[in-house]
Amino acid sequence: MDLQYFAELFLGGLTRGSIYALIALGYTMVYGIIELINFAHGEIYMIGAFTGLIVATVLTFAGFPTLAVLVLASVAAVVYSSCYGYTMEKIAYKPLRGAPRLSALISAIGMSLFLQNYVLLAQTSDFLPFPSLVPDLPFWEPYAHIISSQEIVIISVTALVMILLNLLIKFTRMGKAMRATSQDREMAMLTGVDVNRVISLTFIIGSATAALGAVLIASHIGQINFYVGFIAGIKAFVAAVLGGIGSVPGAVVGALVLGWTESFFTGYISSDYEDVFAFIFLVVILIFKPSGILGRSETQKV
Amino acid sequence: MASLIEIRKSFLVSIWFMFLTFPIMVIRVNTVENVIQWRWNNMIAVGLGSFLLSFVWRYLIRRKEQGVQRQEESTGLRRSIFQRIGEDRRIFLPGLTVAAVAVVVFPFLVSMYQVNIMTTAFMYIMLGLGLNIVVGVAGLLDLGYVAFYAVGAYTYALLNYHFGLSFWICLPIGAGLGAVFGILLGFPVLRLRGDYLAIVTLGFGEIIRLVLENWNEFSFGPSGIANIPRPGLFGVAFSLEAHSRYIYFIVVILAIFTIFMVNRLQNSRIGRAWLALREDEIACQAMGVDKTRTKLTAFALGATWAGLAGVVFAAKTTFINPASFTLWESINILCIVVLGGMGSITGVVLGALVLVLLPEYLRAFAEYRILTFGVVLVLMMVFRPGGIVSNVRRTYQFEGPDSGDK
Amino acid sequence: MDFGGLRAVDRLDLEIHCGEIVALIGPNGAGKTTFFNCITGIYTPTAGDIRIHPPGRETKRINGLKPNRVTELGLARTFQNIRLFHQMTVLENVMIGRHCRLRSGIPGAVFRPPHTVKEERQAVMDSYRILEKIGLERFVNDLAKNLPYGAQRRLEIARALATEPFLLLLDEPAAGMNPHETHELDQLILRLRETENVSILLIEHDMKLVMSLSDRIYVMDYGRKIAEGTPRQIKNDPAVIKAYLGEEYVA
Repeated sequence: MDLQYFAELFLGGLTRGSIYALIALGYTMVYGIIELINFAHGEIYMIGAFTGLIVATVLTFAGFPTLAVLVLASVAAVVYSSCYGYTMEKIAYKPLRGAPRLSALISAIGMSLFLQNYVLLAQTSDFLPFPSLVPDLPFWEPYAHIISSQEIVIISVTALVMILLNLLIKFTRMGKAMRATSQDREMAMLTGVDVNRVISLTFIIGSATAALGAVLIASHIGQINFYVGFIAGIKAFVAAVLGGIGSVPGAVVGALVLGWTESFFTGYISSDYEDVFAFIFLVVILIFKPSGILGRSETQKV
Repeated sequence: MASLIEIRKSFLVSIWFMFLTFPIMVIRVNTVENVIQWRWNNMIAVGLGSFLLSFVWRYLIRRKEQGVQRQEESTGLRRSIFQRIGEDRRIFLPGLTVAAVAVVVFPFLVSMYQVNIMTTAFMYIMLGLGLNIVVGVAGLLDLGYVAFYAVGAYTYALLNYHFGLSFWICLPIGAGLGAVFGILLGFPVLRLRGDYLAIVTLGFGEIIRLVLENWNEFSFGPSGIANIPRPGLFGVAFSLEAHSRYIYFIVVILAIFTIFMVNRLQNSRIGRAWLALREDEIACQAMGVDKTRTKLTAFALGATWAGLAGVVFAAKTTFINPASFTLWESINILCIVVLGGMGSITGVVLGALVLVLLPEYLRAFAEYRILTFGVVLVLMMVFRPGGIVSNVRRTYQFEGPDSGDK
Repeated sequence: MDFGGLRAVDRLDLEIHCGEIVALIGPNGAGKTTFFNCITGIYTPTAGDIRIHPPGRETKRINGLKPNRVTELGLARTFQNIRLFHQMTVLENVMIGRHCRLRSGIPGAVFRPPHTVKEERQAVMDSYRILEKIGLERFVNDLAKNLPYGAQRRLEIARALATEPFLLLLDEPAAGMNPHETHELDQLILRLRETENVSILLIEHDMKLVMSLSDRIYVMDYGRKIAEGTPRQIKNDPAVIKAYLGEEYVA
């Protein structure tokens, strides 16, 4: 067996999985807290990419050094995506907190359409080239054919975000408030949790991680377009559901599993049916474990 | 007049939006020519617009909250204006006659393009009513409904290509195969609830599309199937215009058939079982309703109409390829059901008409169409989550110990 | 009945004879509702047998049958937390109960042949009669969610009754009711036993109701039967008093 090929596929899958994870986090956290599939989350990712591109271009024009551009563009992407996420929640989801779930879903779809076309009209329908902001680290050269330094950066950033998020949820007061709100919103309100704040914060964090992913992956792939959010969104959503939607570790697990199976499938079998396989895999997993890999199987109390 | 606090709030909102939209609306980057375009007038427009709109928004939200309070105090289902019209014989019959005449005369008064649009609208009525059974009545969130549409279309296209079967023979076959696929979809998802059901059905829709795209030997892949014959009438040769009128009438009849059938199904023992399933699966099973059978029936009967519409679609456009059966189609049909008013047949009919016709007649706004559609979706859900014909159902009314009428 | 390592119900030998009202009591968490769920098919018992002997038919073992099948065979239940169909009217709720006794299917719905029309009309009439028996007929066209609490509980009973059971399983029917409503419930259950040819197994915490209604009582604690007998016997049983430590029944 070709060990190097295997390693390439493995690491490639790990990279894919990391990106899916950064986006999937947003889906799963929002779902966990208000039981809404945020269809527009992919657009938040896309807006993060665009903001990053715009800021990076302006700064590069103004003569800033590459590292500064990378940092500032990422910060800008994160900040702006978070703001969009926050605003979106206030307009399209907050008024629907008591409404039937399907209404909120349609509202999310409307938001998604709106944001896609907003960027399309305000910018352009063309594919815009995205500069490679993440520098190739010189000391990594010898191994670059197995995994590029960009991919290393992606994986490390994702891991770091996961650890920080975990710490936030487990050990801070806000994290506790988030867990409480996701389990029983009314009760959380009655015990003094500012539920509106918690929900807004959830959206902000989810959007921030997606934006981070956006900048990283856009650097890696080299181009963006107003439609990328939709495609990335679906994949990440599948990952979140696969791992058990509502569960943060589940999002990571689901994303990694999806990334690896896609990578190995296209590497060893065929690349045509790549997307089909992802969905079939999802269907099969859900048939045997209807609440996802790490999902809490809610047995209803009868 | 607006108080100072209100003005301050709106002012802050407008500042926020100016900040928010700054990169995307103001700066336009052209990396090819290395030029940056600063469009400051956009920012001013955003600022002013958001300032004014925030007043409107707050007003509407306040009104909505008051409206909600009033509704919580009513006891029965509200009778919508449509129900009241339907029951007042004096308005209903003449109204129906006028509508019928309009429908019949329509294709002879307008251009072929308009006829085609109306035909599409009626096809979406069929699709909407089918999905309505699954989502609106039985409460099963199906995001992959377009798969059955594709099944119908490809059934006709392939059966015609390989065996020369005519449109009329393929109509029932398409509907039947649609039902079969409905059951095939239903089986694996029996145990799934809510959003998991949604994502799996979404997956199914995508799987069908991707298989059609990639399995070239079977479905001719992305290039699709062309030269699908239009429906004939005993070998009479039609001009293109006459063809479009012919198809129009076929679709109108099929749509009326669909409305009739769906109405009968919903107001029956099965229909009640679907409603109970939507309300509470466990209780409904405890009351003797076979959950599995009811769910599968919902999927199958819902899918039949999509299969039927699919055959017509293939005949109408004479060319099909997988690109016509994307996730967005499923979402479109879902929007028709939700905007129209879930479970309500009148609502879905209206929803289909609005959703197909309105964008056509707003072509003036060409570029902003989808944008407006998105905004409309959000606004409708925020201010009228029940849909156009909201919260209305012809319930079983008991009129007295002697009559037992529905 | 085992859930993983937890034995929720451990050897509960319980018999109900035709026309009896039997009560199953015990502290919270004793396994009473779990027992109900085992009988009605929501759980499949990991061990043991559940046998029914409907009047005029042969004995049948019903372990592992699906809930709707159990109901078809003649066992109907109500729920501890009310599970009505809230967006449906009172009449429609009861008509769902009739579902398993009606026959029309898709062809019937579509073609509306005379026998289907007659069947549907009959279903409406029968449902109304049941509402009259329970005393809810004035709510007939109201949405279930708009009923007062006591009426909702009785609607659940009406709905269960519509399935023509020979055994009615009531899970805490008096929960949350005031003394007046409880008294009415008492009368209602007795009336049902007389007129409807039905046996009743009920889970209850309201001791006054239990003592007044039941022919026999079974007491559970920690999944086991700790006592069985007539109300008088149970009242003085030391094991029962111990299980209810702190609760005193005042005659």
